[in-house]
Amino acid sequence: MNKVVKKEFFSEKVVRLVVEAPLIARARKAGNFVILRVGEKGERIPLTIASADAEKGTIDLVAQVVGVSTSKLAELEPGDYITDLVGPLGKPTHIEKVGTILAAGGGVGVAPLLPIVEAFKKAGNRVITVLAARSKDLIILEDQMRQWSDELIVMTDDGSHGRQGLVTAGMEEILQREKVDECIVIGPAIMMKFAALLTEKYKVPTQASLNSIMVDGTGMCGACRVSVGGKTRFTCVDGPEFDAHHIDFDEMLMRLGGYREEEREALERYHLQHKLVEK
Amino acid sequence: MGLNSLYLKQERDAEWRAELRKKTKNKDRMLINRVSMPELEPEIRVNYQDREVNSGLTREMAMQEAIRCMDCANPTCIEGCPVSINIPKFIKNIERGEIQQAASVLKETSALPAVCGRVCPQEKQCEAQCFYVQKLNKPAVAIGHLERFAADYERENGEMSVPETAESNGIKVATVGSGPAALSFAGDMIKKGYDVTVFEALHEIGGVLKYGIPEFRLPNNIVDKELENLQKMGVHFETNFIVGRTASFDDLKEQGFQAFFIGSGAGLPRFMNIPGENYNGILSSNEYLTRVNLMGAQYDETDTPVLHGKRVAVVGGGNTAMDSVRTALRLGAEKAMIVYRRSEEEMPARIEEIKHAKEEGVEFHNLCNPLEYYGDEKGRVSGMKLIRMELGEPDASGRRRPVPMEGSEFEMDVDLVIVAVGVSPNPLVPSSLKELNVTKWGTIVVDENNMQSSIPEMFAGGDIVRGGATVILAMGDGRLAAEKMDHFLQEKYTVN
Ligand SMILES: Cc1cc2nc3c(=O)[nH]c(=O)nc-3n(C[C@H](O)[C@H](O)[C@H](O)COP(=O)(O)OP(=O)(O)OC[C@H]3O[C@@H](n4cnc5c(N)ncnc54)[C@H](O)[C@@H]3O)c2cc1C
Ligand SMILES: Cc1cc2nc3c(=O)[nH]c(=O)nc-3n(C[C@H](O)[C@H](O)[C@H](O)COP(=O)(O)OP(=O)(O)OC[C@H]3O[C@@H](n4cnc5c(N)ncnc54)[C@H](O)[C@@H]3O)c2cc1C
Ligand code: SF4
Ligand code: SF4
Ligand code: FES
Repeated sequence: MNKVVKKEFFSEKVVRLVVEAPLIARARKAGNFVILRVGEKGERIPLTIASADAEKGTIDLVAQVVGVSTSKLAELEPGDYITDLVGPLGKPTHIEKVGTILAAGGGVGVAPLLPIVEAFKKAGNRVITVLAARSKDLIILEDQMRQWSDELIVMTDDGSHGRQGLVTAGMEEILQREKVDECIVIGPAIMMKFAALLTEKYKVPTQASLNSIMVDGTGMCGACRVSVGGKTRFTCVDGPEFDAHHIDFDEMLMRLGGYREEEREALERYHLQHKLVEK
Repeated sequence: MGLNSLYLKQERDAEWRAELRKKTKNKDRMLINRVSMPELEPEIRVNYQDREVNSGLTREMAMQEAIRCMDCANPTCIEGCPVSINIPKFIKNIERGEIQQAASVLKETSALPAVCGRVCPQEKQCEAQCFYVQKLNKPAVAIGHLERFAADYERENGEMSVPETAESNGIKVATVGSGPAALSFAGDMIKKGYDVTVFEALHEIGGVLKYGIPEFRLPNNIVDKELENLQKMGVHFETNFIVGRTASFDDLKEQGFQAFFIGSGAGLPRFMNIPGENYNGILSSNEYLTRVNLMGAQYDETDTPVLHGKRVAVVGGGNTAMDSVRTALRLGAEKAMIVYRRSEEEMPARIEEIKHAKEEGVEFHNLCNPLEYYGDEKGRVSGMKLIRMELGEPDASGRRRPVPMEGSEFEMDVDLVIVAVGVSPNPLVPSSLKELNVTKWGTIVVDENNMQSSIPEMFAGGDIVRGGATVILAMGDGRLAAEKMDHFLQEKYTVN
């Protein structure tokens, strides 16, 4: 049981929770994630550790509400407990001084990107960050990102904030302008797919952090498998970051939809229940 | 061995046992037919994931079966049991109606008798060595059924006896994992007075007993009862704790843990690496069984989803494959099929599970192997290509090697495929301990006389040492490790 100590909404659908987890706060590195479960009937879902305070013994989670489990999580209030929380999981990001880093985050992918940007900056790199979302109110963590970036570009699909256009437009501008040594992208699978195609054209080594469907997070089930360079890998133990130029994104997109029907039904049941309770 | 046979003789010489032997002539004992286990009807049981198939012997049945055992002077059955349960002693207690005492005999050597009575491959272990099989060519005494009966009787009637524990010696030891290996280790160490903590990565204690073996074979509440017993004895349980990640071995040593038992299991599922294997609807047996057994995905009120198939193929011939295919039936499959590359004779599954699967209507496609999967436009598996196999020369394992028959390819429509072709050792622990010796298969190397690894204060046992094995072998390892770790620590403390 882990206590929620703070909660704030970045937007209607994006929530930040500060959670007590002293051991994880101490052990985690940039790129790690946790698996948690809300309620005894809850599902195990993975969330990246957005940041941590080892002294206070807390970790920050930023979640986008997309279905039943993330809805239940967003309903927790300070003082409530998360039924189960385990971590840190996954391989940490390989952080090194390489020169110039281009970091691109889309939607809620910005949350897991934050600790990585911070770590690259602290390792002495020049960091250029591109944040993207559909519209202004979906851009999160802009100030925190600015703190660790030498340059920050904001892109929105509708032009309501920053510049209008897709994340790839912002990235390409930088790639054309100067030599980038390494790129990291985190966001919806479709965004990562196009970002990877772009950086391949410019021959910039690129890591993408995958959000496969998971159950245990310890390599036990294989639900999270992806094809990388023609080989099957498990995102939870071999990843979550892989060489973006070798990921089979089409297969990954297909696998993300593996339980769509069941998830939709679950969400309907959940909303129905809520309506009943409200009445 | 000398000491053991002296103890067995002394026990056998007890007056009550001598009397029992005199009471019925062996000739008459041999005339009794082996008891058959009462079962839930196949048509009924396929509708319930959580109703046990075997309903257990009645007291009368058990006492009658117990008469069959001849209380041999040389009880070979015990040699077939990896934890050396004093089999005639517990069975003779059933014969004289002292069921509670029979249960105590089981607990002398086994931390989970209600579990082993249900899941041990008895026909390959204790029962294979029974005098009836060895010398009389008759069905063995139903040791497993009797074991289950005694353990269940104790649980259901009156107080479960909590075994006595020695006075605390204050020495902290820990297990990595909470499967049968770790639990039997923990049970023995707490009896010896150690301060024992069990660390488990998942949110439930029990390892495969919880996430793998379905409730229709091993109800969770039976595992929980046995866990309660350990808790009463003082074992600490820490769930959601991955040793090597949540905290390192060094962190734990700093907290005062003096030695570790690694029972992290063989949890890594193998796939066949054939085309199309990553389509949706093709999953490992671990994933399928975990969703159902650990997460309760078959119930509406839980949040975890599970895929329901109408035409389900399960690839493999072990217990895991049988559990998966029978689970698929219970979740509504119209056709549930086993696809196995050898013949039934070579199947590693327990004979009882194969029999139950057949009664429930599972189709067996033996001597077949998948070559490729096809998917529909949404990426869900829709069919598979298979090839027929024949058995050739015996391979290294002594089993005849399956070879594909050229030109025998054929196709089958399927909408769910469960891959149950084996597991590899869980690499979490070995990868966090560079000095640990492991084999090229990833199993931990131990001295088999004492289960000690290349790091002196780390002992290991169960599937992480053996690869996929059995519950009772894992428990045997846990017991041996407890005995040897005790010596190791006592020596260390008397020297210092
Ligand atoms: C390593 C990793 C890190 C992640 N970090 C974050 C994060 O920091 N913030 C955040 O908002 N999201 C993150 N995600 C995604 C998050 O786990 C899913 O959004 C969440 O599980 C959806 O659950 P749900 O019940 O609310 O939605 P559902 O209705 O169940 O599903 C909506 C969609 O989410 C995905 N999904 C469903 N179940 C799972 C599952 N068990 N595991 C993974 N994905 C699933 C599927 O694509 C599905 O279509 C991460 C995923 C991974 C693998
Ligand atoms: C579906 C299925 C059916 C089976 N049926 C039978 C049967 O009928 N009869 C039989 O005898 N055998 C059967 N087996 C085999 C038997 O279950 C195993 O041999 C036995 O459980 C092995 O026990 P173990 O203690 O070594 O590990 P496991 O039971 O595998 O438990 C290991 C535990 O360690 C945890 N763990 C791993 N790494 C860490 C870490 N770093 N920190 C903390 N925790 C960790 C895991 O989460 C897991 O819970 C079956 C197996 C399966 C999968
Ligand atoms: S523990 Fe298993 S092998 Fe030993 S006596 Fe019981 S059923 Fe037989
Ligand atoms: S070998 Fe068979 S008959 Fe003899 S003591 Fe053992 S169970 Fe009884
Ligand atoms: S989540 Fe189960 S293996 Fe990765």
